[in-house]
Amino acid sequence: MAARLKLHGTNCAKSGPRRSSGARHADELPDLDRLIHERIRLGIVSALAINDSLSFNDLRRLLKTTDGNLSVHARKLEEAAYVTCHKFFEGRIPHSEYRLTPAGRRALEQYIQQMEELIRRTRRE
Amino acid sequence: MLDSRPHRLRRAHSRSRPLPQRALDDLRYIRETMERSAFTASPGWGQVLMGVTALAAAALARRQSTETRWLAVWLIEAGVAVAIAIPATQLKAQRAGLPLTSGPSRKFALGFLPSIVAATGLTFALVQAHQIGLLPGLWLLLYGAAVISGAAFSIPLLRSMGFCFLLAGALALLYPAWGNLLMAVGFGGLHMLFGAWIGVKHGG
Repeated sequence: MAARLKLHGTNCAKSGPRRSSGARHADELPDLDRLIHERIRLGIVSALAINDSLSFNDLRRLLKTTDGNLSVHARKLEEAAYVTCHKFFEGRIPHSEYRLTPAGRRALEQYIQQMEELIRRTRRE
Repeated sequence: MLDSRPHRLRRAHSRSRPLPQRALDDLRYIRETMERSAFTASPGWGQVLMGVTALAAAALARRQSTETRWLAVWLIEAGVAVAIAIPATQLKAQRAGLPLTSGPSRKFALGFLPSIVAATGLTFALVQAHQIGLLPGLWLLLYGAAVISGAAFSIPLLRSMGFCFLLAGALALLYPAWGNLLMAVGFGGLHMLFGAWIGVKHGG
């Protein structure tokens, strides 16, 4: 299932140059969904959010990544039930078709809200 | 479990950007990814509709007694196709939450339009030279070139459609007598076939 972790003590530290406000960020940051926080997985979910379905090749071309890399990240999203994968043959050629699940869409929406909130807070400071 | 905080801070500082910057980058990345993938979903059902009107135009044009009237039917059809394509693209972009002037749309237009401008100029030249019989081949070839150029950043499916148009155009130049039929096959059949494919596979 979706592995979730607090940025506190991990990515929180990325606010390094702002040392004066860093501790406060760490205290106030919401939980971020680590599955989506990773760049390729974020790309997969974003692309599927506005397409009913995309093939493995479409995603690979879109995200400019390798077969192996995409395969690993897509599988993690599949295990988290954020995407579904339909495998089929056209003639003798295997195809994989990915779709975003309602859980995946909610996760992306929540992630975007959290990022926007983080930016708003930073601007207020 | 968690390492001691100073250790984790030091590691993160050495390899990461500030979190607010990461948030901005992530939002930008989401938007760019959506924009790039949006155009893989070019307006498929709009293309199907354009195909239907092209088939009707081909049937009507075939019955015309003069080349000038034949030309008029197809020029009107070109206008109808544009009138379908623009709102269909806009509708699709709206559904994706993107402006019509987003990056991928601009790239497509920049790749697509030069061949269309060339086709317009050559149409005038061939009409002046009373070579209307060459127009189907010219239109199919240059439309195919336009689609291939415009789809350089899009899905391979659109490029395949462009190559099919090139093939139809080459046949129309080799066999001018089949010109109207090949226009029906190209602007009618190919638009409907690939449009439906895009519509089903790429979100409408």
